[in-house]
Amino acid sequence: MRRYSAFAIAREVLRHHQGWERAWAKPEPRKQYDVIIVGAGGHGLATAYYLGKNHGITNVAVLEKGWLGGGNTGRNTTIIRSNYLQDPSAAIYEKARSLYETLSQDLNMNVMFSPRGVMMLAQTEHEVRGYVRTAHANALQGVQTEFIGPERVKELCPIIRIDGPRYPVLGALWQARGGTARHDAVAWGYARACSDMGMHIIQKCEVTGIRTEGGNVTGVETTRGPIGCSKLGLVAAGHSGVLAQMAGFRLPLESVALQALVSEPIKPCMDVVVMANTVHGYMSQSDKGEMVIGGGTDGFNNYTQRGSFHHIEETVRALVETFPMIARLKMLRQWGGIVDVTGDRSPIISPTPVGGLFVNCGWGTGGFKAIPGGGWATAEMIAKGAPGPLAAEFGLNRFREGRFIDESVAAGVAH
Amino acid sequence: MLLITCPNCGVAAEETELHAGGEAHITRFGPEASENDFEDYLFRRENPRGVHFERWRHANGCGKWFHAARCTATLEVFGTYSAQTTEPPREILETIRAKRPAWTWRDLK
Ligand SMILES: Cc1cc2nc3c(=O)[nH]c(=O)nc-3n(C[C@H](O)[C@H](O)[C@H](O)COP(=O)(O)OP(=O)(O)OC[C@H]3O[C@@H](n4cnc5c(N)ncnc54)[C@H](O)[C@@H]3O)c2cc1C
Ligand SMILES: [Zn+2]
Repeated sequence: MRRYSAFAIAREVLRHHQGWERAWAKPEPRKQYDVIIVGAGGHGLATAYYLGKNHGITNVAVLEKGWLGGGNTGRNTTIIRSNYLQDPSAAIYEKARSLYETLSQDLNMNVMFSPRGVMMLAQTEHEVRGYVRTAHANALQGVQTEFIGPERVKELCPIIRIDGPRYPVLGALWQARGGTARHDAVAWGYARACSDMGMHIIQKCEVTGIRTEGGNVTGVETTRGPIGCSKLGLVAAGHSGVLAQMAGFRLPLESVALQALVSEPIKPCMDVVVMANTVHGYMSQSDKGEMVIGGGTDGFNNYTQRGSFHHIEETVRALVETFPMIARLKMLRQWGGIVDVTGDRSPIISPTPVGGLFVNCGWGTGGFKAIPGGGWATAEMIAKGAPGPLAAEFGLNRFREGRFIDESVAAGVAH
Repeated sequence: MLLITCPNCGVAAEETELHAGGEAHITRFGPEASENDFEDYLFRRENPRGVHFERWRHANGCGKWFHAARCTATLEVFGTYSAQTTEPPREILETIRAKRPAWTWRDLK
């Protein structure tokens, strides 16, 4: 792989950009791989990457029914933070956040990680207590967050109205090293690095069946014929339930639509991410100047990647209340993704009832921030055959045993 | 926007009038249940990409619960029926089978 650098740009300028190579290869599938990963979203690609980088396993294929990064990874609002309440969550989200800090160098691709700071507004007494508690928990977990007062909120983000009539801002949970990253670049960077290690990323290849023998996985049926493997990782977000059904088991999650929208581009007016959980909306400004906005999920099971319009209306209403100056902005685009939501709002990284078959799913509305950590933990589990310390608490057995990792407060607004 | 007819009051209700209540016909196991049955009842869901039997409440209308058969991939509603039943009525099953011949649902015959 020819590396990207300032020197490479200068060189290509001199030869009219004729020398750039394809970022990843377009291989024909082999008959057999050591590991197949289903789903070329961020988590699937990161899993493949760390299988190679941390465990030396490179005979790997990543199968994708559409195009890589075309699922939720390319549809999300890119908020990265690790200020969760429970210890297992703090561990994996902070691992991911810290990997994001150096991901551009690691992948030799600018993922535009921008630790601009994430602010979660407290607009009720209840929320104040919840976030003060989270800040204390984070201090013990080694995650840097603080609870700040309304004046500091206004200083960090002057366009917020802090004395609104319904829900005045009483403070905020502030994580200065949270932020955003370029979602496509994260998928592309991992894909390019995987391809460079000789792994196969096979797009337009839908998995339609899972082959097992004596309770162990032996391969998959795909729209491009059967492909064998010794180990299989299902990393398919909203479609995880469909794949689990092919393997003969059910997962404790449901698939619903989550939407986002962006406004017309305007001059820079906010340089932090703001989440307002009580009124239910969040907003940040992209480098292009668009206001990036997200809100809540639909209540019903849905695979259409289209959400209901009334949610958009509710989200925009909430944000106009919080940021009155956006009232006259025109909205440019709206889209939806299918997210896989578990009962405790925490992910599943787990072996399954089928031997050699592993899942990484259940990230629901908030798994972009976790991509490097989720991939790291899933690769370790697949390589060693059992979950390591990062994944251990996120097993499927936690539901049977009642060991929930309750993040319903941290995940209060879908992000 | 989904339009679903409430079988209790006959109103063709818009989605904003309704509250979704998740998968229908889930068997509740009693105190003697095995751990597996209880986990199934509490957590594991069919979550199909296709026909889904589900509970709805006509929250901003008559207030009553009912069941619907709906496709999660096309949003087509095959019909609605009373919540006072443990399995979907014959007419609904026939409507679905006419449109989706290969369709199956849990252990429904
Ligand atoms: C609108 C919206 C906003 C969001 N905002 C945020 C945010 O601000 N911060 C945050 O942290 N998270 C956010 N999320 C959540 C985040 O996007 C996801 O948790 C994350 O991207 C999941 O990554 P993934 O790799 O698991 O899934 P995906 O990126 O969805 O990848 C799964 C892939 O599997 C493929 N696939 C499915 N079935 C098959 C099959 N049978 N065969 C082959 N391939 C298959 C799909 O095509 C898809 O490409 C948001 C999500 C949405 C929808
Ligand atoms: Zn009614």
